[in-house]
Amino acid sequence: MKVLRTWLLRLRGVFAKDALESDIAQEIESHLQMHIDDNLRAGMSPEEAKRVAVMKLGGIDATKEAYRDRSTIPILESTIQDIRFTLRQLRKNPAFAITATLMVALGIGASVAIFAFVDAALIKPLPYKDPSSILFVTETTPEIPRAAISYPDYLDWKRLNKVFTSLDVYGQRGYLVSTQSGMEMVFGARVSDGFFRTLGVNPVIGRDFYHGEDLPEAPNTVILSYASWQKRFGGRQEVVGQPLTLNELPFVIIGVLPQNFHFAPMEAAEFWTTLHPGGGCDLRRSCHSLNGIARLKEGVSADGALADLILIAKDLERQYPDSNRNQGATVAPLAEIIVGQVRPILLVLLGGAGLLLLIACVNVASLLLVRSETRRRELAVRRALGATTSRLIRQFVTEGLVIVVGGSLAGLLASHWAMQILVSLIPTDMMGSMPYLESLGFNARVLIFAGLLAIFAALLFSLTPTLRLWSLDLREGMAEGSRGSAGQVWRRVGSKLVVLELTTAMVLLVGAGLLGKSFYRLLRVGTGFEPEHLITLRVTAPRGSYLKNEQSVALGRQVVERLKRLPGVTSVALTSTLPVNFNGNTDWIRFVGRGYNGEHNEVNQRQVSSEYFSTLQAKLLRGRSFVDSEDGSKPRVVVINQTLAKKYFSGEDPLGKQIGDTSLSPESIKEIIGVVDDIREGPLDSEIWPAYYGPFNQVPDYDFSVVVRTGQAEQSLIPTIGAAIREIDSRINVSNATTMMDRVNNSPAVYLHRSSTWLVGGFAVVALLLGIVGLYGVIAYSVSQRTREIGVRIALGAQRSTVYRLIFREAGALALAGIVIGLGCSVVAASLMRKLLFGTPPWDVTTLVSVAGVLGVSTLLASYLPARRAASVDPIKALRAE
Amino acid sequence: MGNKTEIWQGTLALMILKTIETLGPLHGYGIARRIEQTSGDQLSLNYGTLYPSLLKLEQEGSIVSEWGVSDNNRKAKFYKLTRAGRKQLARETREWDQTTAILAKFLTPTEDRT
Repeated sequence: MKVLRTWLLRLRGVFAKDALESDIAQEIESHLQMHIDDNLRAGMSPEEAKRVAVMKLGGIDATKEAYRDRSTIPILESTIQDIRFTLRQLRKNPAFAITATLMVALGIGASVAIFAFVDAALIKPLPYKDPSSILFVTETTPEIPRAAISYPDYLDWKRLNKVFTSLDVYGQRGYLVSTQSGMEMVFGARVSDGFFRTLGVNPVIGRDFYHGEDLPEAPNTVILSYASWQKRFGGRQEVVGQPLTLNELPFVIIGVLPQNFHFAPMEAAEFWTTLHPGGGCDLRRSCHSLNGIARLKEGVSADGALADLILIAKDLERQYPDSNRNQGATVAPLAEIIVGQVRPILLVLLGGAGLLLLIACVNVASLLLVRSETRRRELAVRRALGATTSRLIRQFVTEGLVIVVGGSLAGLLASHWAMQILVSLIPTDMMGSMPYLESLGFNARVLIFAGLLAIFAALLFSLTPTLRLWSLDLREGMAEGSRGSAGQVWRRVGSKLVVLELTTAMVLLVGAGLLGKSFYRLLRVGTGFEPEHLITLRVTAPRGSYLKNEQSVALGRQVVERLKRLPGVTSVALTSTLPVNFNGNTDWIRFVGRGYNGEHNEVNQRQVSSEYFSTLQAKLLRGRSFVDSEDGSKPRVVVINQTLAKKYFSGEDPLGKQIGDTSLSPESIKEIIGVVDDIREGPLDSEIWPAYYGPFNQVPDYDFSVVVRTGQAEQSLIPTIGAAIREIDSRINVSNATTMMDRVNNSPAVYLHRSSTWLVGGFAVVALLLGIVGLYGVIAYSVSQRTREIGVRIALGAQRSTVYRLIFREAGALALAGIVIGLGCSVVAASLMRKLLFGTPPWDVTTLVSVAGVLGVSTLLASYLPARRAASVDPIKALRAE
Repeated sequence: MGNKTEIWQGTLALMILKTIETLGPLHGYGIARRIEQTSGDQLSLNYGTLYPSLLKLEQEGSIVSEWGVSDNNRKAKFYKLTRAGRKQLARETREWDQTTAILAKFLTPTEDRT
């Protein structure tokens, strides 16, 4: 208490210095006065009286000094002095102050913003209990590494496994709900009863599903997502127990999920219902529509779990060879499924931002170094006057700290701003698969990271000039205009820093170049159709009214007819699944008239309307397409893609051949009537799979996608199209209406490549600028140091061209060192980000050579100005100047 | 202590407190003179060293200061004991007595030893 009080008072003393100073002066004055009075009374002469009084006091200034040390905190006071001095120095040189602060702000801002993304995606734990022991569990086939699991297989896995405390499954489902603006298609999910218990999530109100509530005979119950509860039910508590109609079936609301709950492996579901297995798919072992999550037993590793599941899968394969041949098992940490796709890009971006920060800090450090050089005399004088080295070092540290604090604060502001911009650039669809980004922002971890960066920068900034200080020779520094070894030392350190900068810039440029090239390659990947001037949308009709095939066929025809009449529309087609979407929705085929040993020939299956290929402008290579009249009453036909033809009919004519299901059941037999050039069904960066296209009218559905080709300005037609479809039946839901170009450009593969290209490209451009400025600084300084030498050379008859060569040689050596070291580092860095490259090897020669060229030319430009200055040195002035 | 001028801080603080307690509110010069007189001029101190000690005691809350007028009509800063200061004085006096008593036992030859 007493100690605290003392320090507080002393702290106050630091700021109330003037008042204290006059107080002590007065007190000493009065003390002396009284003593002199006494001395006079004792009979001394006035001079004697004063002399004795002062002597007895022990000196006026010594007393004041002792008093001062006691009244304030000396170290704090000198620090404040240092800060004032620094600020004064910086004000005298605003260009330096602003440049240095901006560079630090840029580096810290970029790094912190990217780190906030890394934190939200990779560091912040998922909103489940003990998330690290939750596994994503599913089946696998030779073609699909993560295929879905069938309901009967799930039951067997759940029953037979010895490694999980629980195993549950989920599947995405769309629900039609009636709202004020008509029927709306809403994402939902069907889960097994223990799904939320496995995740360790409890509803905030109401209850979880009971054990057995997912069986066919259990009543229909639904748990709401928090967002849905707020949006559709105004967040009312009494919502529990209320009825809700989904897909024209009655449900009862039993609970609401927590606000922070999200489950990113599928689209954000508003309604969580139970499995209620039934219908054609759930009961068949070969119909894979679910994915599993499981909680590991204590002491069991993911590998151990996988081994157990593989044994079970092998057993099932023996028991059910028809459906389970080649059906293996796979597990992955749930976090891997959720953030696996963005992890490499985030780490590359963090690396890029880190390099940018490094280059910015090195630049500021070399600026500080130049300043310490120009302040050589000042320092020498201060030291000669008795300043200790530690006192001078403290001055430098203070200077570094002031810049770092200013730069860090500005950087934090900038990063806040950058985060908002980056998030707003993420397409809505992508954002839906990254719900963890909703918690993006400053938190303790991000601030600690920012603090660590600031400390790193501060250390760098105070160390460089400090190191320089050790080599400061007193006499040499005092000598007017001397250009001795100190300049040499600086040039050595400074030029090493420049090589470091150029190397960093090179790595970033190569990274950006490779990503750019990958992106270009990705966009140039053939889609097999003409994606411009196409509109795509999804149509979902109410199940109850369109359950019969004829009803769906009629609806499909109506949609095509209605849209064709719209002005600007040139053709319209339907498909079960849009292209540039995913490989999946597959069928296992078998060839009539060929031997069969039970292998799974897995191919993409699409049901499309008669004008599908012409609307997409896909190239029909052989045979014919369908006609509209080919419906359920006609023999089944298919068009196969080029890849299927090559894989299964090499050297044969596929036309007229027949394919069927694995048992060649009569109703599954289809005749091949045409071959179409490959249409890219999966993402741009994926392989082309074999595929067949059957007539929509033979396997119709009340839920399908529409492709509309327009003349021009497809964007403006989108609302008209939605309205036109709802004119047919107001209960029909139209969703995902967009242009094909937007669809492709916002697809995850393209988006990830584009954003990483732009961000790393931005970092690289800034790094290049900083590196060149750094090189310019070193060369310009070197020229100013060598003015005298150059003057002598010119006076002795050196040609201007010789001087140019002299300077260019110095710059060239630095640039060459930077480029050569940079090349090595680039290849290493690029192989670390191989996952992000598409159709481009990490050692891509074109990229490496052009980046080296860009860097070389830029460094020549940067050294041209100082070289010209050197060449135009007037020898007489140069020799006289010093 | 002979005529050596060295007085260590703690002792000086105790002397200051005791002086103020005896004489009531007093200025720095008065305190210094009083300490010298009380010691029978055996103790000679630089008056200046008194001031940091006074400041420390004031910062610790043992004394408070106030500008006033001296007997000789001079403006002077007067120091006054606070309640905390009185307690501190009592405690330190007791501790000092104990210390000197113990030391005395060591340093005075007793009959037991022979």
